[in-house]
Amino acid sequence: MDQSNSARMFDARILVPAIGDAFRKLDPRSLARNPVMFVVAVVSALTTVLLLRDLLTGAERTGFSVQVVAWLWFTVLFANFAEAVAEGRGKAQAESLRRTRSETQAKLLSEGGDFRIVPGNSLKPGDVVLVEPGDIIPSDGEVIAGVASVNEAAITGESAPVIRESGGDRSAVTGGTQVLSDWIKVRITAAAGSTFIDKMIALVEGAERQKAPNEIALNILLAGMTLIFVLAVVTIPSFAGYAGGQVPVIVLVALFVTLIPTTIGALLSAIGIAGMDRLVRFNVLAMSGRAVEAAGDVDTLLLDKTGTITLGNRQAAEFRPLRGITELELADAAQLASLADETPEGRSITVLAKEKYGIRGRDMASLNAQFVPFTAQTRISGVDVDGSSIRKGAVEAVLRQLDPTIRQDTRELQRIADDIAKQGGTPLAVVRDGRLLGVIYLKDIVKGGIRERFAELRRMGIRTVMITGDNPMTAAAIAAEAGVDDFLAQATPEMKLDLIRQEQAKGKLVAMCGDGTNDAPALAQADVGVAMNTGTVAAREAGNMVDLDSDPTKLIEVVEIGKQLLMTRGALTTFSIANDIAKYFAIIPAMFLAFYPQLSGLNVMGLASPESAILSAIIFNALIIVALIPLSLQGVKYRAIGAGALLSRNLLVYGLGGILVPFAGIKFIDMAISAMGLV
Amino acid sequence: MTINGWVQILIFLGIAVALIRPLGGYITRVMTGERTLLSPVLLPVEQILYRAAGTDRDREQHWTDYMAAMLMFSVVGFGLLYAIQRLQGGLPLNPAGMGAVEPTSAFNTAISFMTNTNWQGYVGEATMSYLTQMSGLTVQNFVSAAVGMAGAMAIIRGFARADSRTVGNFWVDLTRATLYVLLPICILGSLLLVWQGVPQNLGAYTVATTLEGGQQTIAQGPVASQMMIKHLGTNGGGFFNANAAHPFENPTALTNLIHLVSIFSVSLAMLNVFGRMVGNPRQGWALLGVIGVIVLVGIVAVYWAEGAGNPALGLAGGNMEGKETRFGIALSSLFAVVTTSASTGAVSGMHDSMMPLGGLVPLFFMMIPPLGGIGAGVYGVLIYAIVSVFIAGLMVGRTPEYLGKKIEGREVKMAILAMLGPSAAVLILTALAVAIPAGLSSLQDAGPHGFTEALYAFTSAANNNGSAFAGISANTPFYNITLGLAMLAGRFLLIIPVLAIAGALAAKKTVPASAGTLPTTGPLFIGLVIGITLIVGGLTFFPALALGPVVEHLAMTLGQTF
Repeated sequence: MDQSNSARMFDARILVPAIGDAFRKLDPRSLARNPVMFVVAVVSALTTVLLLRDLLTGAERTGFSVQVVAWLWFTVLFANFAEAVAEGRGKAQAESLRRTRSETQAKLLSEGGDFRIVPGNSLKPGDVVLVEPGDIIPSDGEVIAGVASVNEAAITGESAPVIRESGGDRSAVTGGTQVLSDWIKVRITAAAGSTFIDKMIALVEGAERQKAPNEIALNILLAGMTLIFVLAVVTIPSFAGYAGGQVPVIVLVALFVTLIPTTIGALLSAIGIAGMDRLVRFNVLAMSGRAVEAAGDVDTLLLDKTGTITLGNRQAAEFRPLRGITELELADAAQLASLADETPEGRSITVLAKEKYGIRGRDMASLNAQFVPFTAQTRISGVDVDGSSIRKGAVEAVLRQLDPTIRQDTRELQRIADDIAKQGGTPLAVVRDGRLLGVIYLKDIVKGGIRERFAELRRMGIRTVMITGDNPMTAAAIAAEAGVDDFLAQATPEMKLDLIRQEQAKGKLVAMCGDGTNDAPALAQADVGVAMNTGTVAAREAGNMVDLDSDPTKLIEVVEIGKQLLMTRGALTTFSIANDIAKYFAIIPAMFLAFYPQLSGLNVMGLASPESAILSAIIFNALIIVALIPLSLQGVKYRAIGAGALLSRNLLVYGLGGILVPFAGIKFIDMAISAMGLV
Repeated sequence: MTINGWVQILIFLGIAVALIRPLGGYITRVMTGERTLLSPVLLPVEQILYRAAGTDRDREQHWTDYMAAMLMFSVVGFGLLYAIQRLQGGLPLNPAGMGAVEPTSAFNTAISFMTNTNWQGYVGEATMSYLTQMSGLTVQNFVSAAVGMAGAMAIIRGFARADSRTVGNFWVDLTRATLYVLLPICILGSLLLVWQGVPQNLGAYTVATTLEGGQQTIAQGPVASQMMIKHLGTNGGGFFNANAAHPFENPTALTNLIHLVSIFSVSLAMLNVFGRMVGNPRQGWALLGVIGVIVLVGIVAVYWAEGAGNPALGLAGGNMEGKETRFGIALSSLFAVVTTSASTGAVSGMHDSMMPLGGLVPLFFMMIPPLGGIGAGVYGVLIYAIVSVFIAGLMVGRTPEYLGKKIEGREVKMAILAMLGPSAAVLILTALAVAIPAGLSSLQDAGPHGFTEALYAFTSAANNNGSAFAGISANTPFYNITLGLAMLAGRFLLIIPVLAIAGALAAKKTVPASAGTLPTTGPLFIGLVIGITLIVGGLTFFPALALGPVVEHLAMTLGQTF
């Protein structure tokens, strides 16, 4: 991912249009969104007018002024360029989205049941359309009848088709996706122009970007610092006048622009756009910048057990025979009963029998076996082979359907089943020709590496809570194995909502993900609610993020991306402010040298001349923006090493670095421009 | 620098640090309304005061009401003090027969004492009657300090509380701070000073015949009672023009120590109160660490600069110009640092005569708010802690939090305003003063030193310090008015945003700390706040400092003087 990022960052297809955009963004209306850069643009315009006046009146030594003015404009252009590059990366994505939204035809159903062809963009919410194989779903909606496999590659990039059906938690369909097989009737839920894809396009283009709370606070700080430096600079002429000297306006402007936090001011919006973009690349859509920031602040993470902490499906871990039956016998029967069972659980039984007991998979056809499928009534499945019947199923279902004429002890089976439940597993009873053989231990498999992830989250200061419908005993066993901090057993949607409210009352921010309609209230209540793309319309609308891959584990990465966004802002702010020290040492002695030559003692960098010192500072100030564009787009790397260690590390790099780098940078530029004879 | 000098400095520091905890504990109990040793005596008095004023002790105020009460109290205090000065000629307790104080000087002085600045444009013993000194200036010495403490209590409660609409009751805070904290300590301290020879009488000035046969008028009066609160309340306005360099204000080594210790005592203890009230004394110690490190560096720098003297003169023994030989270089340097870092402004020597770097430190210390007086020091350092947490806190990947309070747009805005107000007053008014004849004519020296005199005056006023560099003739209408405005800006453009922050913080939830929370107690945090203070505070004034003490110092190293 990092590699593709850097490859795309220096992609000419993004960089070339960004240069044009940098000029287009000189429009005052667009500059006004950024107080620091707006101020720079205003003083640049002002000095340009003064320069023109000097040129017309034929003043002396305008060469220096021309260069300063040019670099002032470069400062503004570089800031625009940074924003344009960040937006450009989103635009490339929006372009591919737009292609999928190309003109579609819809089959609008009338009351009578027949349809007529209408343009897709004429549909209104409430219309019902028929979508058949090969058709593009014309707009967002909910499946009200039928079931179909749908290719959602247009929005997820994932080519494997997904099932969409009426009722249940997989009823939402997205405009622009394509039905591959069967048919569905869809009730349209979004008006033209406000569909999911429209929202995505707007989001990745940054068109609808609103400033997030932290960004607003940071802008206030930057505006405040700008004001402080206005005061520091406008009082200089009077101070200098007292000493019997004069400071040219161009030099004052140069000092002012280098002092105000232009670095962070220029990159702030690029950082925000890039943060959104990182999420999008991660196939997560944040509906607002606020949500991304909130992700960085999350204190409590609610995670559903199934699919997040454990693999979606349980796996056979052990065969536990009754007394008098060998494990091999039980394994053999269990495998036969599962041969035609295509569920993941069934397959895992076959695999376990093969791996542990060397029983090779057999072919149904060659055995001449008859498959007895699982039904909701019997809750049992199995095979009839060679005149014997083998069945497996939930323990109480099997016991209920036992032939009462065969006398046997069921207590032992019950005991084994209870044992398994206590260990966090699910027991399946196996029976052959009415005789109980034993129990298959289906285990919830905790995902590999998840324990480490939780340990990492703990180091980040985030508490994890596992949500499960299991009984408390089973839940406790799995919670201990996975290493979560807490669990909520036999959870109902109401309990989930209560838990979120309790945490929030303690001042904590809560993140969760969900897909079902009954998750919607909790998703809306949570500070960060990630809805699965496979989920219902209600869930998607309640959340403030949508995960296109429907992978609940991603919540953890979402948190990291949020943290990264905040860190990048903080790091560049610190860097920007720390830079000022060197700039003062460059400009102040140069500025006052004419009447206080003693101040050359402050020229610690040994810069060649007052003009080259001032010019070097302003060139450094402009170039550092460009130099930091990659960092602002990629973000400062987050490490789960605890806040204290992280702070000292970042302070060292961006604080101390911010103090030292400009000393070296300005000196180097000074040597370069002196060698080139520019001043 | 001598060993003897350092021993004296360390004795002072030892006592100052040792007092922090007991005094902090006592003030916490007082300000939270718990019973203390003095309650049996003072509680009835307190209740009578509330009944007389119609104050309901248990009814707390929203920050805007708290602010309104504070503003009202200040305006009335200003009016009274102005009236007393103007009318003193016809009022009793005026054995020296002082006439009405000139209007702009009275305006300046009334603001000065009401804002806890105690800048003195006038010559005390030649201007003010005993009534003015006692009922005007000394009263304001008490209550302006108590107002500062009240402001500090409001913001401390802002951090300590959660989901609260109120930040305390201004009248109760004012009463308790005065009655339980300032008065008892001052009564005790004044007696000690009288014992050491500080006058406390209402007699007329004594006319003595000197050995040469000349006549000398020896000024005196109720000095001891004003001396104690002058330092304890970080006021700094002397009874005499020479301030603590005057033998009647500061006769012995012991009184010098009492003065120094009382300057730091309540100011520093207030940060201990902060730590106790937010439930973690280490939070208070961290902020004390910030102040401690800056002050220590300052003491070393000034002592070094004064001890080295001017190389151009080639004299051994350092710079003794403008210093009392009784106190010497070590204690004079210490006094200069303590008085400017706790916003007191009392002096035991003339800062104008210090070396350029020796004068730079007191000047710079007044510029940076973390070093502030009683109460103001608390909110000054908290403002910088908030800004530091906001800038660096983002670097740990969370919305910045300080003591469980999220630092958001509103807090940042108010913190910036609090930083901006006093700085703007210093820079704009200094720029005005050095550009027009009315300002320039008062400066005693030419060149950068004269510039420093003006810069120092406005810095002192706008940061409510009151320290005088001397060398400037400030009792002119221009300086009386401009310095008065600077003092108003320094007091209210700081305390109003602070109360707004207090209100905003009190209303917020307190987020429990976790491994992801920025730690705000260790050396890292202390270093961070110091760094932000020096960079943000220092960069604001870098050009001005460069044209004042810095260029003067660089010139001195080249053998030039102005």
